[in-house]
Amino acid sequence: MSFLDYSPAPESTSILKLQKQYGLFIDGKFQGSRGKSFATISPATEKTITKVVEATSADVDKAVKAARVAYDKVWSRMPGSERAKYLFRIARIIQERSRELAVAETLDNGKPIKETRDFDIPTAAAWFFYYAGWADKLEFATGGATPQSHGVIGQVIPWNFPLMMLAWKVAPALAAGNTVVLKPAETTPLTALLFAEICQEADLPSGVVNIITGAGKTGQALVEHRGIDKVAFTGSTRVGRQIAKSLAGRSTALTLELGGKGANIVFDDAPIDEAIEGIVSGIFFNQGHVCCAGSRLLVQENVHDEVLSKLTRRIETLRLGDPLDKNTDIGAINSKRQLDTITEIANSGEVEGASRWSSSCDIPSKGFWFPPTVFTGVQASHRIAQEEIFGPVLSVLTFRTPAEAIEKANNTPYGLSAGVWTEKASRMLSVVDKLQAGVVWANTFNKFDPTSPFGGYQESGYGREGGVAGLLAYLKTPIRTGGRK
Amino acid sequence: MSERVAVKKTYKLYIGGKFPRSESGYTMPVVSGSGEHLAHVAQASRKDARDAIVAARGAHAGWAGATAYNRGQVLYRIAEMLEGRREQFVEEIRQGESVSARVANQQVDHAIDAWVWYAGWSDKHAQVVGGANPVAGPFFNLSVPEPSGVVVAFAPQEQKGQSLLGLVQTIAPIIVTGNAVVVLSHPSQPLPAMSFAEVLHTSDVPGGVVNILTGERASIAPWVASHSDVNALDLMGAGELDWASLEEAAAETLKRVYTPVKGVPAVSLERISAFTEVKTIWHTKALG
Amino acid sequence: MVSASQALAPASRASSVLGTDLSEQSLRRYLNGLPRVDVIGANARAGHFQTRSLKTETKRQGLDLAIRMVDLTTLEGADTPGKVRSLVSHAIHTDPLDHSAPSVAAVCVYGDMVGHAVEALGDKHVSKDPSGISVAAVATAFPSGRASMKVKLLDTEDAVAAGADEIDMVIDRGAFLSGRLGEVFDQIVRVKEACKRPDGSYAHLKVILETGELATLDNVRVASQLAILAGADFIKTSTGKVQPAATLPVSVVMLEAVRDWYLATGEFVGYKPAGGIRAAKDALRYLVAVAEIAGEQWLDPHLFRFGASSLLNDLVMQRQKMTTGHYSGPDYVSVD
Repeated sequence: MSFLDYSPAPESTSILKLQKQYGLFIDGKFQGSRGKSFATISPATEKTITKVVEATSADVDKAVKAARVAYDKVWSRMPGSERAKYLFRIARIIQERSRELAVAETLDNGKPIKETRDFDIPTAAAWFFYYAGWADKLEFATGGATPQSHGVIGQVIPWNFPLMMLAWKVAPALAAGNTVVLKPAETTPLTALLFAEICQEADLPSGVVNIITGAGKTGQALVEHRGIDKVAFTGSTRVGRQIAKSLAGRSTALTLELGGKGANIVFDDAPIDEAIEGIVSGIFFNQGHVCCAGSRLLVQENVHDEVLSKLTRRIETLRLGDPLDKNTDIGAINSKRQLDTITEIANSGEVEGASRWSSSCDIPSKGFWFPPTVFTGVQASHRIAQEEIFGPVLSVLTFRTPAEAIEKANNTPYGLSAGVWTEKASRMLSVVDKLQAGVVWANTFNKFDPTSPFGGYQESGYGREGGVAGLLAYLKTPIRTGGRK
Repeated sequence: MSERVAVKKTYKLYIGGKFPRSESGYTMPVVSGSGEHLAHVAQASRKDARDAIVAARGAHAGWAGATAYNRGQVLYRIAEMLEGRREQFVEEIRQGESVSARVANQQVDHAIDAWVWYAGWSDKHAQVVGGANPVAGPFFNLSVPEPSGVVVAFAPQEQKGQSLLGLVQTIAPIIVTGNAVVVLSHPSQPLPAMSFAEVLHTSDVPGGVVNILTGERASIAPWVASHSDVNALDLMGAGELDWASLEEAAAETLKRVYTPVKGVPAVSLERISAFTEVKTIWHTKALG
Repeated sequence: MVSASQALAPASRASSVLGTDLSEQSLRRYLNGLPRVDVIGANARAGHFQTRSLKTETKRQGLDLAIRMVDLTTLEGADTPGKVRSLVSHAIHTDPLDHSAPSVAAVCVYGDMVGHAVEALGDKHVSKDPSGISVAAVATAFPSGRASMKVKLLDTEDAVAAGADEIDMVIDRGAFLSGRLGEVFDQIVRVKEACKRPDGSYAHLKVILETGELATLDNVRVASQLAILAGADFIKTSTGKVQPAATLPVSVVMLEAVRDWYLATGEFVGYKPAGGIRAAKDALRYLVAVAEIAGEQWLDPHLFRFGASSLLNDLVMQRQKMTTGHYSGPDYVSVD
């Protein structure tokens, strides 16, 4: 037996104590709904995990009202030091239940347990810790202006980092004194519902956090509801555009965190082996389901062959399979729909003339899977260089000079992230200066921290999450960070 | 049935994460507000202070090198431990300050909330105080605050209401950024200081980051004020001493000095910044 | 043309890579042209191996592999023939409760103990049994290397003459850190020559870089490459007498060096982490690193060794647990 055929090392799901059917979490308790019940499945096995409901407009209305009452009567009147302690409690409970949350997230999303355990859940806890500490010192963030919360926030989050995205939304909102109604993605509602339980365990006052499950229609009802003061949305540029249009002319504040087509720029003096790791992380971490993925590799022409040779060799050691196996590096694609999208755009790559290479890893028979794939000979005009694929597909382009690298990197309506690899510090600092991206990673990739603002330029959205900027997004002050009103 | 005999506590110093007796062997009696004998506490000598400074210096690099997140976690855990032991503090404040349980409870509430306030600054201070500087040239320029190093602090007791709150106001802002501290507790309020040492000992703060000395402090004060391996002198609570001479002694090595404050100070960002140095970095930027 | 005094001792590998102008300057230019290592990135890659979870069959396989690749070591001033005999016995019978447990790859001793080791091994020595145990000797004024070349060569020759199959030499770190790369290169070439036996065969040469003194991963990469060019059969991290000794990030860099050499030339160079690996758990992580960076061919005593003493017993105890199903203890394994 080959040593590299690691024996199964499965994480058990016995830690989960799930209900067979979840309702909506409104006003501090789980409530029934007239809405249709639908299943959430494991994308690795296609088996049903549990059932949730699709919240109706009436449900949305009820949730918003509950949030409003909680805001007016309790949360906006509560001293920051008390709000802080609730948030610290929530952070602690996330830490205490971290193993359970990691298993639930992996089951529902399809991403490897290694990622949920080591990244998603700890980062979610850290986000709450960071913002807990802001609740009692908001005036230090506003540069003298009296901090004022918005009121009720409608928040819609995507399926790629469910609990972490929830933390990015809920923590600063609550710290700033707002109450929230949050809709998780229809394919990944599980950890949001467990979070609702955590809010109960923390004794959070009723109505401060409301979780309503559902799909596009529920989301639309929420963001268009007249009773909310601000919308925070993370998802596709297509939907973000619709929301921005529907809120035009209204006083509702809006922040958007949308798609991207990040460029990973590798110069000939890059630390090559570490750059390979950064490229791999950039596009294969989370199966490429990352808005800030380094989905375009811009490699200096004179090191193209060396980089590609090392890259493909490295990709062949990536293990694709059961997300609950601790040795899995690449998990399942989140849904059939997403798999179809990836397949379609990837096929266009060959049609348009690029060369396709895929890892020789085995693909399980059940579930939704896509092998790590690299396209070389990609030109800037190709669909695979322009469109966000949101899957484990890397498009490789070349450049000759720093100026050309920057030009190609910026040649996109998106502007979320970029990576730069060079050992020459002066060039590094100059290149990062010129990149039109909200997050630039220098000699690293996919680094996130609650103190570090994250968000995009242009069609990657506006507003930042994390850091002081992320807090200001939830305060009504003269200082804004690109959000509306 | 006769009343059960209680096992009374022996109070020692808190240095380097351990509880040693004073090397001098001296102790100081502690009486309650109503004159009742409470305990003997260790009388710290100048050698104890010297050892505490060595312990602080030894712990400083690791503590300053921890991530801000990690320090915040440790400080928050200290708040958890404080909350868990609140009855002990309430009792000591009640006896030591001769106040009602209600007033003592209020002080404990304020003290814990103040500690939590400071704990939350760990990963934010640099963002508010530091930042990028838009210099007039092709340079990347960044200012970051760094901890000063080893601080010797005099805990206050100008008036009642400070025995725990004063300790919090002294210690939290100093250590949150990565400094190590030697605290000379107020001679009239040593018991909450030693209970606080027990709290530290059961949280995850590394030994040597906080050191607490008890006893009369006027005679060891000049020794710490002039000690060359101390970076800052916190005289916030030293109002009853000849603090001007201490400040003069500190000037020999240009220590940073925080002068006395009357009354119970509010939580302040300024007290955190007072024990930091700002480092500014320049780096060239060029495409070629 | 390069004058004789400037030319470095010939080494066939180096010549083919650098060209015939093998000099201090050309060597330095080549080595300084190697890609730099980003420390944070290398640490992250090392961290990745620590998340691997080896269970059941893989763990069993890994433990047996690890035992078979141990260089069981005693390098103390107080070593005696009796101590060496005890070590050899432990090297052969690694598990007192299970005589079918694998033996180690080699015993590693000081040069003046080689004869005792060979004698104690008897029929189990590789000279009698090709699947047996080798004798590795440290040489060249181990561990510091601070002696004249004459002394270091004599140290080597003595050990080879006494029957050592392998020589673990140390590089001159002083020369390396002061930039005299050609000197470091020369010394390795000459020690390799001193490994030559009357019958024309060579003892295998392991070159110890003493990575704990090299301070940076860039230096580790340069030293690795230099040692390979000069003819090392193995590159080895440490003497075990300096902290830090072997670490995963250092191993990442050294494994990348042997991998890249193989990809460029088709030649195999082995790797030996030594010092600081005490737990079976850590040893298994090294196996993962080796397999995932260099390749499975390196999971073989010809290309990989653990320089260890207390590790062996932990490997054996873990192996015992896999058989018995309960945790073992120090009374169930033998002392050296």
